[in-house]
Amino acid sequence: MTRSPLDPPPTRQPGLLVLADGEVFEGECAGAAAPGGVATGELVFNTTMSGYQEVLTDPSYAGQVIAFTYPHIGSYGTNPIDDESSRAWCRGVVVRDLVETPSNWRSTEPLEPWLVRQGVPALTGVDTRRLTRHLRDAGALPCAFGTAGEEALWSAARREPGTDGQDLVSGVTTAQPYRRGDGALRIVAYDFGVKEAMLRDLAGMGTVIVVPASTPAHDALALDPDGVFLSNGPGDPAALEGPVAAVAELVGRVPIFGICLGHQVLATALGATTYKLPFGHHGANHPVAHLDTGRVEVTSQNHNYAVALGAAGGVEVTHRNLNDGVVEGLRVATAAASSVQYHPEAAPGPHDARYLFGHFRRAMQAGVGSASH
Amino acid sequence: MPRRDDIESILLIGSGPIVIGQACEFDYSGTQACRVLSEEGFRVVLANSNPATIMTDPAMADRTYIEPLDPEVLTAIIERERPDALLPTLGGQTALNLTVELVDRGVLDRYGVEVIGANPEAIRTAEDRDRFKSAMEEIGLEVPRSGFAHSLDEAMAIAAGIGFPVMVRPSFILGGAGTGIAGDAEALRRLAAEGLAASPVGQVLVEQSIAGWKEYELEVMRDGADNCVVVCSIENLDPMGVHTGDSITVAPAQTLSDLEYQAMRDDAFACLRRVGVETGGSNVQFAVDPSTGRRMIIEMNPRVSRSSALASKATGFPIAKIAARLAVGYRLDEITNDITRATPASFEPTIDYVVTKIPRWAFEKLPGSGGVLGTRMQSVGEVMALGRTFCESLQKAVRSLEQGRSGLNGDPAELDLDRLDDEALLARVAVARPDRIFAVECAVRRGLGVGRVAELTGIDPWFLDQIGRISTERLELAALAARSGGGAGALEALGRSGLRRAKRLGFSDVQLAYLLGSEEHEVRAARVAAGVRATFKAVDTCGAEFEAFTPYHYGTYEDEDEVRPGAGRTVVILGSGPNRIGQGIEFDYCCVHASMALRAAGYETVMVNCNPETVSTDYDISDRLYFEPLTAEDVANIIEVERRRVLDGGELVGVVVALGGQTPLGLAGSLPPELVLGTSPASIDLAEDRERWNALCSSLGIAQPPGGTATTSTEALAVAEGVGYPVLLRPSYVLGGRAMEIVYDAAGVERVMTALAARGTDLGPAVGSAEPGSPVAGDGRVARPVLVDRFLEDAIEVDVDALRDRDGEVLIGGVMEHVEEAGVHSGDSACALPPQSLSAEVVAELERQTGALADALEVCGVLNVQFAVKEGRPYVLEANPRASRTLPFVAKATGVPLAMVAARITVGDSLDDLRREGLLRADAIGRVPPPSYVSVKEAVLPFDRFPGVDILLGPEMRSTGEVMGVDETFGLAFAKSQMAAGTRLPGSGTVFLSLADRDKPGGTAVARQLAQLGFGLAATRGTAELLRRQGIDVQTVVAKVGEEAAGADAVELIAGGKVQMVVNTPRGRGSRTDGAHIRAAAVAHRVPCLTTIAAARAAVGGMAEWAARPLAVRSIQERHQSPRESPSGLPPSGGDRG
Repeated sequence: MTRSPLDPPPTRQPGLLVLADGEVFEGECAGAAAPGGVATGELVFNTTMSGYQEVLTDPSYAGQVIAFTYPHIGSYGTNPIDDESSRAWCRGVVVRDLVETPSNWRSTEPLEPWLVRQGVPALTGVDTRRLTRHLRDAGALPCAFGTAGEEALWSAARREPGTDGQDLVSGVTTAQPYRRGDGALRIVAYDFGVKEAMLRDLAGMGTVIVVPASTPAHDALALDPDGVFLSNGPGDPAALEGPVAAVAELVGRVPIFGICLGHQVLATALGATTYKLPFGHHGANHPVAHLDTGRVEVTSQNHNYAVALGAAGGVEVTHRNLNDGVVEGLRVATAAASSVQYHPEAAPGPHDARYLFGHFRRAMQAGVGSASH
Repeated sequence: MPRRDDIESILLIGSGPIVIGQACEFDYSGTQACRVLSEEGFRVVLANSNPATIMTDPAMADRTYIEPLDPEVLTAIIERERPDALLPTLGGQTALNLTVELVDRGVLDRYGVEVIGANPEAIRTAEDRDRFKSAMEEIGLEVPRSGFAHSLDEAMAIAAGIGFPVMVRPSFILGGAGTGIAGDAEALRRLAAEGLAASPVGQVLVEQSIAGWKEYELEVMRDGADNCVVVCSIENLDPMGVHTGDSITVAPAQTLSDLEYQAMRDDAFACLRRVGVETGGSNVQFAVDPSTGRRMIIEMNPRVSRSSALASKATGFPIAKIAARLAVGYRLDEITNDITRATPASFEPTIDYVVTKIPRWAFEKLPGSGGVLGTRMQSVGEVMALGRTFCESLQKAVRSLEQGRSGLNGDPAELDLDRLDDEALLARVAVARPDRIFAVECAVRRGLGVGRVAELTGIDPWFLDQIGRISTERLELAALAARSGGGAGALEALGRSGLRRAKRLGFSDVQLAYLLGSEEHEVRAARVAAGVRATFKAVDTCGAEFEAFTPYHYGTYEDEDEVRPGAGRTVVILGSGPNRIGQGIEFDYCCVHASMALRAAGYETVMVNCNPETVSTDYDISDRLYFEPLTAEDVANIIEVERRRVLDGGELVGVVVALGGQTPLGLAGSLPPELVLGTSPASIDLAEDRERWNALCSSLGIAQPPGGTATTSTEALAVAEGVGYPVLLRPSYVLGGRAMEIVYDAAGVERVMTALAARGTDLGPAVGSAEPGSPVAGDGRVARPVLVDRFLEDAIEVDVDALRDRDGEVLIGGVMEHVEEAGVHSGDSACALPPQSLSAEVVAELERQTGALADALEVCGVLNVQFAVKEGRPYVLEANPRASRTLPFVAKATGVPLAMVAARITVGDSLDDLRREGLLRADAIGRVPPPSYVSVKEAVLPFDRFPGVDILLGPEMRSTGEVMGVDETFGLAFAKSQMAAGTRLPGSGTVFLSLADRDKPGGTAVARQLAQLGFGLAATRGTAELLRRQGIDVQTVVAKVGEEAAGADAVELIAGGKVQMVVNTPRGRGSRTDGAHIRAAAVAHRVPCLTTIAAARAAVGGMAEWAARPLAVRSIQERHQSPRESPSGLPPSGGDRG
């Protein structure tokens, strides 16, 4: 399956990446063939040096093209275990060097054929550092890449809507409820685009019933949960009126724990608002202060939007990003509801915040009204 | 937790001389710590014996003790300075071991000194392998099966339980000395005996060998609130079994998935917490089974290390600086990342490039050392290179080594490998040697199979496949050259996309020219015309997520430059590249001083260097740092970008080439002449060109030893007959006395000439030439002319460092008299400042001749002249219009910052200007007034690493580092210098003497003085008879080694601890056997061994004074304040020197 190093390099077609603002990058096309030689999406960069398979299969990236800042992507291949969902959801990948000859004892397939199978187009050979510096200043931008000419790509990029105001959750959520784990605690997990690692952690604590994002509060309560979990997911939280209304009803009736989009949904349900960050947080190295203890956690992050608490009553900030002060965690102690913007389940990323699942377990065991942390 | 207010003064212990396994990375970390602690308002007291360091600059600490790093000396310093705290984690293993010793002796308790950074308990847990092993098992981490042995029998028993092969490691030893893998009982017996002797606690670990597993390191930091971060992951290209200091290493880890990486990260933190490192940086090493992923923890260092210096340079995260802040109470989130200025240090750097480190060895200087890499570190330096891909960084690292290679093969030197058949090539691949990576590329290129090469080497296929990309590219380039007829046609056929692809894989223009049948300048012109030019990216800790302010750059072939434009007046300083024997930290010191001085004078400074251990590659030292190979092409790229960035009003003033040793000097010819600052390249050539140099000396009436040049044995013999024996032979244009030899007869001349002819180009490229050495001529001629000079026996060698400004004013910085006679390389000889036995008239004459040479060479900057003085008459040996190895020593001895002054002179300031400004003391006119105290510089030699190598000193330099002893008299200063070099001269006991005939008269005086001091004497029969005839009592007559029935031989006496010092002078080449055994035994059993009568005389003088006076320490700040002698009244001689 692996190429011999002495085979001539695959003849890749030259391709271009064009951003909505007209910026152009050279590269070579790889991965799945984009229909008409044009792949589009909102371009974001991710700074993690390992964990590309988890990132590519994270439903939160639905609608987006991911540019990795680390140059070699594909070095340790892919395997059936590290997927975070049933398939890749992103619209494309942009890298400096797509590695064709991986090496790792768990690898079963190099990244490129994997991308082809997953239908993900890629552009390799790109000066991704210049790209990152550009996005840092210009913000996340719609883009188009492929073999089509510069003009065609630019107009495709300009037509691409980006994620603002988009409900991308309905495209990734489960159609039917399903069950994971068999423990005594009963957890209803709202699937806004849930990652496998979250389900694994939750299933370790009890029986998880994963429900579609549109599940009304009374349906959730009918499942007699000890706790409700709000998952991560893609797109603009402001577009999720249904889930926000459901969560508003659930608050105070059952312990709640949210992650990422789940955090934004909970915050919105509590009366806060969300706003778009210039270029988001996408990486595995963000320092977050846990305000209860003063400890710093190195966290895995993947979000474009953030929470502004504003007039939300009774809400306490528990975690803050030390780089830019973004609200990274909140709590309504009286309602046993809490959430974090970052990813305590890691995958990829550090395990520093795994304790939060323990907190949720204790909250579920104590129930609402105990005012415990 | 903010800064602690309950401590005011902090004692920092440096790492002492540069030795293998402990090099200038600790100057880098110590300097950072000094700067940070001073900034934080602490009173810093520093102890370090190494004068060539930046950290021992008087401005770096409040009190600087250039004194031996010894528990008694440190006790005296503590007694005098009463520090509140001791920070032991920035001075390598030396500082850590000394701290444990001070704790054990109760010194710290007695004076109420708190250990900060790492508590003694944590140090013990990490350093004592037994404790470490059980601590790790306690937290569920797997360690190799092992047991501790305190005797040979115990070692054998443990191995029997584990099964061979086993690894042997002595406890409490840095850099793996005495470590090795034993495949059978016999090998174990040998290794364990050596290890038990090497370990200060007489203990070795016998451990299951996991040679061939993948090796990883994590650089981790922890603060007082238990926040932990990984600064950098490092993957070794060479597997377990090759010491990490001798491995090619790559950052970040390449072949770990996130799942595996995060599990390793969890283990590293668990290890740190269990060991109990409260704050600071640590290095944790892991081994991973490539077929299953099974992971074991190998060791951890609870301190800043060589790897942490590498990690700092690789990521831009300044570990030592932050460790120092953590030690005084700060938390990671209270410290700002000074690269982004906006984000805290409590994060994990992410990088968007690949870093490759390659060690550099010096086996060619150590015949008998074997040259095979193993678990004991043997390299003397390293280079690091950054590229956007592994291929690019690997090829850049190869050319950074300055060993005549332009990349990973694809240059003329590859022909040696191409000639081998497959079997022979694979045999080369199978053995870990310094040049194995070239054989690996060749084998991959030949299609011998990545799988097979991986199996033979233990190198992960990922790296081999990447190397295969280089091979493929180069095969294609060669094919294209063949198709297109080479030269301009090939360049045209390659076009923009082809050139860009090759450059992005790290090919140099020299390689491309070779492969395409073109010239380097044509390749450059073609790619500039095609728009393929180097772009410079920034190292920013964050993968460009945030704006970076610290301009730390590397070159690559991408779309955009990140060098910020500016309107400053810029000076580029070319550094000295990897440390090697003959070119080490001294030159880095000079470059750093140049940067500091020029910045202070309002220039913008740009540093170019590729050595990750150094202070010069700290991004704080200069306005811009380019971490790049020092080759003509890479430097030209930097000049180009520096010119591009200049805004109106700004200017690229020029390039400083005279302060970084031979490396930048060799590049001077490739620079635009108008940019070379200071002494002109023409003058530099004049000093190197034998004919013109001779003519110059004779026109000035300056005597030289008679001699000539030769390219064949016949010519050499003719010169030798003409000038008389003995003669000194040396190839022209080489560094550090490479391949120099003194011979006493015609047979010797023929032997050396034959050897040089056979050696061909392995001496590397000729200095001063950017091209690799010319191929060996097939007719027995040597590759470059050999200089044949009369060797002046029993002459005193003298070094003079001087400065000359643009107005022609000369300032003598220092005159140093060598302790060992001429013939011992000046870098290996001890020397004293001021001179001890030379008359004032001779010194004045040396100064006069130095001035005349400086004028004749039109020096603008610094000049070093070496003389031999025989019977009161000076003969000039050589003059180098560049910074010398002694410049930092002279600066520390006199308190005058000569390198700073030299840098200012090269940009046009006059000595007068600098005196007015105060950079130079006002009374430094004509000469820097010699101090009233005596400073002795002593060389430190790497023989304990190379058991097979004879320790005799000769014209070829072999020392890795130096120390300085300072005291009121020569004797005391010399004794201190010996102690600092690790040779504690005994106060009592027996001295064994074995003297060459020519040394017997001098030896008699030494023996008599020893007897007067109450020492017992032992001697070989001949020496004993002579001494007894002189009325000196010799208690023990020693048999020849291996001689039956004549009593104990010398080796047995030394091994049995019956001898406390050895004086063994060589009897020429004939008697290597006996003497070599004696010297080897002395090294193995750590008995001081003096191999010249001059050194013995100095040592005994020192012992006499040492016995009569208590140990006294003084800081250099105090010494520099002490009154100077007038130039005419040199201080009295302290030693018994004739």
